Amino acid sequence: MTHFHFHDPYQPLDSPVHRLDPRVKLVLALGFILTATLLPAGAWLSYALMGAAAWIGAHLSGLGIRRVLRRSMLALPFVLAALPVVFTAPGPSWLTFPLGPWLVSVRGEGVIRFLSVLLKSWLSLQIAVILVGTTAFPDLLMAMRAIGVPRFLVMTFGLMWRYLFLLVDEAIRMLRAREARSVAPEIPGRRVGGTLAWRARVTGRMVGTLFLRTLERGERIYMAMVARGYDGEVRMLSMPSLSYRDLAPLIGGLLFLLGALLLGWMF
Amino acid sequence: MLPLIEAEGLVYVYPDGHPALQGVSLRIYRGEKIALVGPNGAGKSTLLLVLGGLLRPTAGILRVEGEDIGNGDPRRLRAKAGLVFQDPDDQLFSPTVFDDVAFGPIYQGLSEQEVRERVDQALEAVGMTWAASRVSHHLSVGEKKRVAIATVLALRPELMLLDEPTAGLDPRGRRELIRLLRGLPQTMLVATHDMRLVAELFPRVIVMDQGRIVADGPSHEILRDEALLEAHGLEPP
Repeated sequence: MTHFHFHDPYQPLDSPVHRLDPRVKLVLALGFILTATLLPAGAWLSYALMGAAAWIGAHLSGLGIRRVLRRSMLALPFVLAALPVVFTAPGPSWLTFPLGPWLVSVRGEGVIRFLSVLLKSWLSLQIAVILVGTTAFPDLLMAMRAIGVPRFLVMTFGLMWRYLFLLVDEAIRMLRAREARSVAPEIPGRRVGGTLAWRARVTGRMVGTLFLRTLERGERIYMAMVARGYDGEVRMLSMPSLSYRDLAPLIGGLLFLLGALLLGWMF
Repeated sequence: MLPLIEAEGLVYVYPDGHPALQGVSLRIYRGEKIALVGPNGAGKSTLLLVLGGLLRPTAGILRVEGEDIGNGDPRRLRAKAGLVFQDPDDQLFSPTVFDDVAFGPIYQGLSEQEVRERVDQALEAVGMTWAASRVSHHLSVGEKKRVAIATVLALRPELMLLDEPTAGLDPRGRRELIRLLRGLPQTMLVATHDMRLVAELFPRVIVMDQGRIVADGPSHEILRDEALLEAHGLEPP
């Protein structure tokens, strides 16, 4: 049976960051991202402070600064969406050059804004990488519940996570079955593989089959839930209470973020 | 003695008009271990779903300890009968093994203390205590099957309904599962194609074909009746 090890970002290590209560980690990570978002453009000192905090976290977690940076790069291309601000921001222009029939000016204010967006996104991604790298998904679900994410949504996330792997397994098996029947020409020069339209139809049917299988599985899962008493309401066990040991990092972290925010707006 | 479950002329027609059960009558007494055999499409899984209270029979009488519940609340049946599905990936839908085994007890309205006890006992019974905090995706098929059985054991059912428990298992996994099933005290109705399993574990066999029960009796007699087995697409062990 195929068993695809879908890339689980969680690294089961033992570190102070891993041991931290998942609720504290989630609140701090969300707080970090919120702070990064609220900081004004060009607050370099605050960015540096937050970057230092992220790197200390990466180091303490055992994930390593390099791995965190590499993984956080993955989502960076989306920042390009902010590139037009370089040309559209108000203020004096640094450089003007012709682009076809237009004159384009690079504006100082725009460059600062763009770099700020870039840094802020990158910092946020680093914290997200550290969060999912040090917190097992079930713990993350528990933390979401704790901060008031609706239970139904938490259950949906849980099911999605549980069956994502299975869906990938199934898709890989189908692709493999197609590979097994896709051959090289027996006579050199004979065209194989059919027309593009034909191949598109095959792919379309595969996607349809996958969808039908998913639907059927969904029904069976629902049956399995009903068989054990599921009545449409999401019930879960209560969560362990937060220990005092976890309160210090929580309060410390939030104060630090508040400090970085104030610093960013004052200077 | 009153049968634990008694069915008379059970009919089940799927919404698309396909008749899966066409008049099934049987009695299951407490403590019995019964194998349910028959070719694919014979209606074995449908019968398990009806007896497990998941499908409401289109016609026929269903009694639990003498009480007619044919038109009553199917949840009465669900409380008595625990269903283990063929594909453990359908049965294990929670983030962790613990959550999956705890699911039933939580919905039974037990206190947190009791839920934890039930989970501990059920995982202990199937030898999977070590996996409580694991994600079920990373378990082997045999381990998943055992956890799937634990999710039902935690409900403390009187009747266990199992669909193809040995399907997809390697020889060692199969042996371990047989040992586990042998050790469980519950009344059992097990749908299977594994005739060696039947010979080894079940004193009574019910043969189904085309939505009907075609034979019901002691295994040592039915498993020797080659003509009967062959007529219904089965093989002697």
